[in-house]
Amino acid sequence: MSMQLRASPHLHSGRDVPTIMRHVVYALLPICAFSVWQYGLSSLALIVTVTLSCLAAERISNKLSGTVNTLSDWSATITGVLLALTLPPAFPLWMGAVAGFAAVWLGKSLFGGLGHNPFNPALVGRAFVQAAFPTAITTWAPAFTAHRFTEFIPSSLTLPLMQPNDISSWVASNMVDGFTGATPLARWKFEHFVYPVQDMITGAASASTGETSALLLMVCGLYLIARKFMDWRIPVAVVGSALILALAFRVFGGDEYPPAHLVLLSGGLMLGALFMATDMATSPVSPRAVWAYGAIIGTVTIMIRYFGGLTEGVMYAILFGNALAPLLDKYLQPNVFGARKK
Amino acid sequence: MSGEQPIHVVPPVNSLRMVRTLMLVTSLCGGLIVAVWQITLPAIATNKKVVLERSVRALIPNASQIVEYDASAQGVTAAKGDPADGAVRFYAAYDKNGTLDAIAAEGGARGYTDTVRVLYGYRHDCECIFGIQVTQMRETPGIGDKIITDPAFLKNFERLDVSLTPDLKSLFNVVKTVKHSTKQFGWEIDAIAGATITSKAVGRGINDSAQRLLPMLVPHLEVVKQKGGAQ
Amino acid sequence: MSSQPLQASNMEELLEGIWKQNPVFVMALGMCPALAVTVSAFNALGMGLATTFVLICSCTLISMLRRFIPREVRIATYIVIIATFVTLVDYIIQAVSLALYEALGAFIQLIVVNCIILGRVESHAAKNPPLSAMVNALGMGIGFTIGLLALGGVREIFGAGQLFGISLFGQNFQPWVVMVLPPGGFFVLGLWLLFFAWLAKRKEARHGA
Repeated sequence: MSMQLRASPHLHSGRDVPTIMRHVVYALLPICAFSVWQYGLSSLALIVTVTLSCLAAERISNKLSGTVNTLSDWSATITGVLLALTLPPAFPLWMGAVAGFAAVWLGKSLFGGLGHNPFNPALVGRAFVQAAFPTAITTWAPAFTAHRFTEFIPSSLTLPLMQPNDISSWVASNMVDGFTGATPLARWKFEHFVYPVQDMITGAASASTGETSALLLMVCGLYLIARKFMDWRIPVAVVGSALILALAFRVFGGDEYPPAHLVLLSGGLMLGALFMATDMATSPVSPRAVWAYGAIIGTVTIMIRYFGGLTEGVMYAILFGNALAPLLDKYLQPNVFGARKK
Repeated sequence: MSGEQPIHVVPPVNSLRMVRTLMLVTSLCGGLIVAVWQITLPAIATNKKVVLERSVRALIPNASQIVEYDASAQGVTAAKGDPADGAVRFYAAYDKNGTLDAIAAEGGARGYTDTVRVLYGYRHDCECIFGIQVTQMRETPGIGDKIITDPAFLKNFERLDVSLTPDLKSLFNVVKTVKHSTKQFGWEIDAIAGATITSKAVGRGINDSAQRLLPMLVPHLEVVKQKGGAQ
Repeated sequence: MSSQPLQASNMEELLEGIWKQNPVFVMALGMCPALAVTVSAFNALGMGLATTFVLICSCTLISMLRRFIPREVRIATYIVIIATFVTLVDYIIQAVSLALYEALGAFIQLIVVNCIILGRVESHAAKNPPLSAMVNALGMGIGFTIGLLALGGVREIFGAGQLFGISLFGQNFQPWVVMVLPPGGFFVLGLWLLFFAWLAKRKEARHGA
């Protein structure tokens, strides 16, 4: 008779990393579909290019480090799709590929692969290209152009290493009414212009590929929350703290500060709060730490948007939160059952 | 590895020997520095002059002769060596006929990475600054260095009001960099979006320099017009 | 000690600094100038040559004076001598090229506190005859220059699309701004260190087999 001695846990819920990751991909698919409907070929090509470059980077680092093939855990796919969704639709494809490699190599492989990375890889990739190509990453293209399913935005097909092709004549030829090339946040910052809510929901406002419809993002996020693939506290804390601050500034600071709905619906707040801040490897575990983590991200976002030089601050806020996550977990541990504070 | 190396034998500390060695070494080094300084001085002076003249010429294309002056509380004198305490160096540019065309001076203020230094051109008939040349900056490429190229930003300096108060003691309005697209007055500089700190450094550098220079220069403008003190 | 066969050991001494003990890639010394001034190959070369000059001169002079310098004041003496040569370099660079002088900025004066120099002086020049000290300093200087050039070259190629000011990709090249910013310095240094670590590991594996 043989006896097996095993350490806990003894029960497995049947969920493993690939399952969770696969469902995140499912939740992202409607967002991708919406962006393709908005921007057409360019958006599709960007998502495919960035994802493939992430997978290639993952495969190469597997080979170099002599570890097992980790393509099948879906994490590189998610990194790629999320990264593509944070880039502007007119972003040159070659820069998208650079972002993909930077995301997987700088953001994940260097730290030892999935689970060892302190920062969200997709955001590391975006931060890299934002620092490298500051102009291209703030060049926005209009949505719903007439020939979007048959032609690319000219800058998408820029030759590698070259400056993005000029899109001004393409914008003019498409006769897009009132297109200013500025995001709702930028238009508030520089002109105090309040974007119509309807444009920010239907995707008509200038924005990154995947952040155009706050409503759709929320629905997809709710699916993951309902299936318990995501810690609901994080998005609630991020959005909640941002909302409270935005309301407070608006009430006490007056018209100098943007209305609260603009803060919630514009930019990458929803995308970041639902899909990036919730990354399991880079967010804290204990409930109190999670609340603090979300609140820090929301607060830093508002601080950067209101008082910083940049118009959008979600990316740096989340990276900042990621950096603090281990510390928060350390200092905000749950009380041990039965133990008493002295 | 025996007694050959004094390092391994700990001798009794002899202060006289230490003092003697240090004095010997320092005088040797002092001599070396003075010698090289003497040799390189003319080359450095020519180099600096060439660089400066290039910037002044870029600012004032009509300049055929450039004379250096120092303005101080005592008046305006031809420049000699480094400017004295409280004095401000400026450059008077004369055209082909020898009439004063414009005046250039340098101002600097801390930017994002390092001091941003700009040479600005001043004309008395409009009491304004009519152009700038960035002479030193190490700002972020692609962001801060737009102060050199951004046409909208450079337009600020085509006629920047630096008129003096009636008693000629200070500028009537402080030259100030304001937030992007909020410029209202002739003495305001519209900052570049995303490069506010660098834009502000340019404004502060010009203001600090003009606040000191112009009250000392304007009362003695005649001296400069007649090339007073110049050989 | 002085009667050792000079030829062979001198060659080794030279290679020591260039390859085996490369100050940038192996010892990771002098990181401040290595990261700060290497935005272009020209700056890197200027900084490397300036440091090499100071290294050779200080090491040779200190080696000649090594018997006269009392132990108690040796660091003070070394620093005075190093500072002297740094001041000389400072003047010479100003006389040769003001553009280079402005690009290198305060880092020329900071050669004084570059730990490569004091390290070489203390661990080698103070114990060896002038010729050997000079050769060792030359090797270290070349090694440092190569290190800076490796950083500056890569950063200039990506950050400006050129090498030594010669355009490589034509007018339309998109500069990678991050490469001329401080993070770019760290990225490139990290990649080079990775590369050298990989070389070392491969060599080890071969010797083991």
